Amino acid sequence: MTTARAGVAPLPNPGPRPPGEAETLARIWAPPRGLAFLTVVNNNYVGVLYVGAAFLFFVLAGILALVMRAQLAVPDNTLVGPSLYNQLFTMHGTVMMFLFAVPAVEAMGILLLPNMLGARDLPFPRLSAYAFWAYFVGGIVFFASIFLGSAPTGGWFMNPPLTTATYSPGVNEDFWLLGIGFIEISAIAGAIEIVVGVLRTRAPGMTLGRMPVFAWAMLVFAAMIIFAFPAVILATALLELERAFGWPFFSVDRGGDPLLWQHLFWFFGHPEVYIIFLPAAGMVSMIVPTMAQTPLVAYRLVVLALVATGFLSFGLWVHHMFATGIPRLSLSFFEAASMAVAIPSGIQVFAWIATLAKGRRIRLTTPGLFILGFLFTFVLGGLTGVMVAVVPFDWQAHDSYFVVAHLHYVLIGGMVFPLFAAFYYWLPYTSRHALSERLGRWVFGLMFVGFHVAFFPMHFTGLAGMPRRVYTYPAGLGWEGLNLVSTAGAFMIAAGVALFIVDLARRFRFAIEGNAGNVWNAGTLEWLPSGTYATRSIPSVASREPLWDQPGLARDVEAGHYYLPNAPTGGRETIVSSPIEAAPQWLMRMPRPGWPPIVAAWFTAAFFLFLTVKWVLPACLCGAVAIGAMLAWAWRLDPPPLAAPVEVGGGLALPAYMSGPRSQSWWAMVVLMLVAGSVYGCVVFSYLYLWTVSPEVWPAADRLPDLVHLAVPAALYGASSAAIGLANRALGRGRSLHPGVVAAIVLFAAGFAADLFAHRALSPAQSSYGAVVYLVLSLAGFFGAVSIALALFATARYAHGLLDRVRRVTFDNARLFWHYSVGQSLVGLALVHGFPRLAG
Amino acid sequence: MESVQSALAPHGPGAAITAEVAVVLFVGGGLVFLLVMALAAWAVFGRRRDWLAGRAAVVAGGIAFPTVVLFALLVYTLFAAGRIADAHGPPALRIGVVGEQWWWRVHYLDAAGERDFATANELRIPVGRTVEVELRSADVLHSFWVPALAGKLDLIPGRTNRLRLRADRPGVFRGQCAEYCGGPHAQMAFLVVAEEEGAFERWRERQRAPASAANDLFLARCAACHTVRGTPAAGTLGPDLTHAGSRLAIGAGILPNGAGAIAGWIASSQRIKPGNLMPEFHDLDGAALAALAEYVASLE
Repeated sequence: MTTARAGVAPLPNPGPRPPGEAETLARIWAPPRGLAFLTVVNNNYVGVLYVGAAFLFFVLAGILALVMRAQLAVPDNTLVGPSLYNQLFTMHGTVMMFLFAVPAVEAMGILLLPNMLGARDLPFPRLSAYAFWAYFVGGIVFFASIFLGSAPTGGWFMNPPLTTATYSPGVNEDFWLLGIGFIEISAIAGAIEIVVGVLRTRAPGMTLGRMPVFAWAMLVFAAMIIFAFPAVILATALLELERAFGWPFFSVDRGGDPLLWQHLFWFFGHPEVYIIFLPAAGMVSMIVPTMAQTPLVAYRLVVLALVATGFLSFGLWVHHMFATGIPRLSLSFFEAASMAVAIPSGIQVFAWIATLAKGRRIRLTTPGLFILGFLFTFVLGGLTGVMVAVVPFDWQAHDSYFVVAHLHYVLIGGMVFPLFAAFYYWLPYTSRHALSERLGRWVFGLMFVGFHVAFFPMHFTGLAGMPRRVYTYPAGLGWEGLNLVSTAGAFMIAAGVALFIVDLARRFRFAIEGNAGNVWNAGTLEWLPSGTYATRSIPSVASREPLWDQPGLARDVEAGHYYLPNAPTGGRETIVSSPIEAAPQWLMRMPRPGWPPIVAAWFTAAFFLFLTVKWVLPACLCGAVAIGAMLAWAWRLDPPPLAAPVEVGGGLALPAYMSGPRSQSWWAMVVLMLVAGSVYGCVVFSYLYLWTVSPEVWPAADRLPDLVHLAVPAALYGASSAAIGLANRALGRGRSLHPGVVAAIVLFAAGFAADLFAHRALSPAQSSYGAVVYLVLSLAGFFGAVSIALALFATARYAHGLLDRVRRVTFDNARLFWHYSVGQSLVGLALVHGFPRLAG
Repeated sequence: MESVQSALAPHGPGAAITAEVAVVLFVGGGLVFLLVMALAAWAVFGRRRDWLAGRAAVVAGGIAFPTVVLFALLVYTLFAAGRIADAHGPPALRIGVVGEQWWWRVHYLDAAGERDFATANELRIPVGRTVEVELRSADVLHSFWVPALAGKLDLIPGRTNRLRLRADRPGVFRGQCAEYCGGPHAQMAFLVVAEEEGAFERWRERQRAPASAANDLFLARCAACHTVRGTPAAGTLGPDLTHAGSRLAIGAGILPNGAGAIAGWIASSQRIKPGNLMPEFHDLDGAALAALAEYVASLE
């Protein structure tokens, strides 16, 4: 029986659903019991664990700040000496930026996006479980280093030469480099998840133009991670290579340059702050319309602003280096660009103001208070940002407490306040009870007032001459009173957070089905009644606020009248749709919980941490276990195709298997290649930059290896790609993979050996030229090794009958990565052999 | 000692023009802030809000208004940067500064650009003349910041940065390292003393002269690291002490100079400035310590 609704398409599954179907769905999606609960992969659980861990790090880093403020409360204080204080401020910054800010907003994405988009889960649930556990274990051990006195002391930005082995012997800085290094990898995993999730698993009808602004913000966030994090990953690797093996990237005596680090780090570091801010802005763009009970004004301009901010933010990094002595023209360009980036933020601020003006009178609930607090604080912080963009002003303000004020205004104002608004706003989505409104006002009051008491005076403290990162200061310069007030404010903030924790403990009771419900009368899909399987059926939407525009949507979704009200393949599934129009394309079968991802995560963390303390044998053992767990995990990938397409309702029959460019793993591989390409772009930059700084250590064209050393490896690399192409053709014709793959492996290995052989007279520790050439070679080798591993894996699957002409995703992944590795190695050859000849 | 370390108390054109820019930024920023907050308040609490409730408001407030204001600000500030450069003409005096963990090695250059004499942690400059400071580093990154006179400039190994500054009034201006350099970075300060030309010339003459006397205990215990010109002490690991007694402070700008302070520093500098690279001398008895301190204080 079709329900006649004027102007609306008929329901995909209009009749009553068979009995037991909902129970089966619940059973398939139920979390594991007992200890095995740790193996959960569902975003509803992983998201909450992730947010919880991020919040824990926020509190821990906040406590470090309280100790710092206690030390600075009075001049010449002796509470904490310089050695501990330097660890405190390094850890405060590092933990806040890497272990709290980025993971917190990423976690909100993991928690909210699938439901907001109408998907049952993220596209790679085991990957997000892995990313969470690696981050959590690594982060906890990293934080614990402060109790051992081994915490890093180089500042969160870790500038060499201070952080080279010469001036920082000992493992402290290595903790940062290795510990943070794999947390960066965790962020990349999250970015892959979000790009593919946002672009490929939206509800039917949710075109890009109807996507919630938070999803747009997370998409930009993920794209920014893809292009920004590689810079800090490379910088991290370079500094560790210099510390461990003496490769002189940053040491002047052998042709290195400390500014290389600053360029790489800040090329990451500036986008990083927008990576942190944009998701928060996205959350604000969801909360404000609900508060005002009207759709967001100028949705398209807001989306444009998010994208524009993402782009522009990559062009500003030198404003962190205004005091390094760079030329006037550079200064002027980056000043102008740094001012320009304020405009997209202005668009968003006015869009929120306009939405508030358009809607009904808002009730000042706690989320509303935090939103207003955000507007006040973030706008002020943005204005001081314009101030520090002004070069002569920055020459006074840089590295003083003025910047400390500015950065906390935009980070606490621009991210923490929206995050608390989001906690209060979305808690009913994941908890049986909402938080207390009465206590919430106190939490807001203490945090807001405490924040301004703590940080507003710092604008003056800085201009009064107090530099940053100082463990004490003398009396008589006018800084005493300002510092005392700031300390008082910091403790007020702490009181507010403590009260929040008390309320959380009292009221938060995790629930999915029994959650508090749509208490705010919001319009977006995450507020539909849901279970562990997200919604009972996957809705189709026709607008940006489906709950407002489609009356009865909740009832129909819950009754199973929309798409996929069941589990036709007997397992966990979700619909994969086209990126722009969200037309359903195929049905993705998704993995169940299992031990391999969490084992892999724990042992990956252990591998990096043992390496940090230089216990090489335990590190290798843990690495082997991690790789074993990853193999076990990967072996269960790529389930067998089903013969016939599956009915999901509305006459739609979707294939339940997909390989090639429409598959989610192809997209993941593309994102991974973009990340790798970004890393390589930074490598090329490093090579060229070191050449401009230290041409004296570069060989003249006639001192380079002969061109045969370019031609032979290039030919071998290229031939290995051709061999993989042949293997691909063979697979397509149902013939054996083995000859092509074996040939490809031999050819690549030979090419790499020839590549290495050309530089046998060169030593990486001798000069920055040697170091950067060996970097290029190391990457060729590393990517080659991974490509070979992927190809062997695919071949093993083929040998076991788990891979064939149709079921071929793992081979396609290997093939894509192989071609990328070859391409990258060819670029490396051209750079090393070609550039010095061109430059003369 | 009384000294000024505030960007809001400018005593020279570098800091003064920047302070003017700061006023414009604060007043302008304050007005923009009040305007935006007023609009937000109106949006939430106001009576007739329709004019604020559409795309036009977003374009006007979020695109047109910031573009105009920021462009004007950019022009003004680029011109201000030019004015700062123009205010400091060719230098009348050149001083070389090498940043060390955690002190400032200073050498004055003569008219031909050759080394004139060495000192440490204190720069004396003539009032009303442009001085160019050449900034280098012996180890890690540092930054030279004397807020009352000029903005800061980093000391980067492998590079020479040049900062021009001028004091238009006599005074004592305190500066501090403004790029985290590990350990007691907080206590790497220096003083810039601006004097009338005559006084400055007399100071310079005295600095060029060798030390007045030698001291056996000093030669035995201190000469490995410190230089006192005119005596056999020629160590270069630590600051030049030839005229240490003439400086206003010791320990890199952190303690007022005087025999008592010097004695305390020699005996337990680690307690005063933990992590600094000078060892403590516990084995000197009270009399020896006092004699040594008197000697250094006498090197004026």
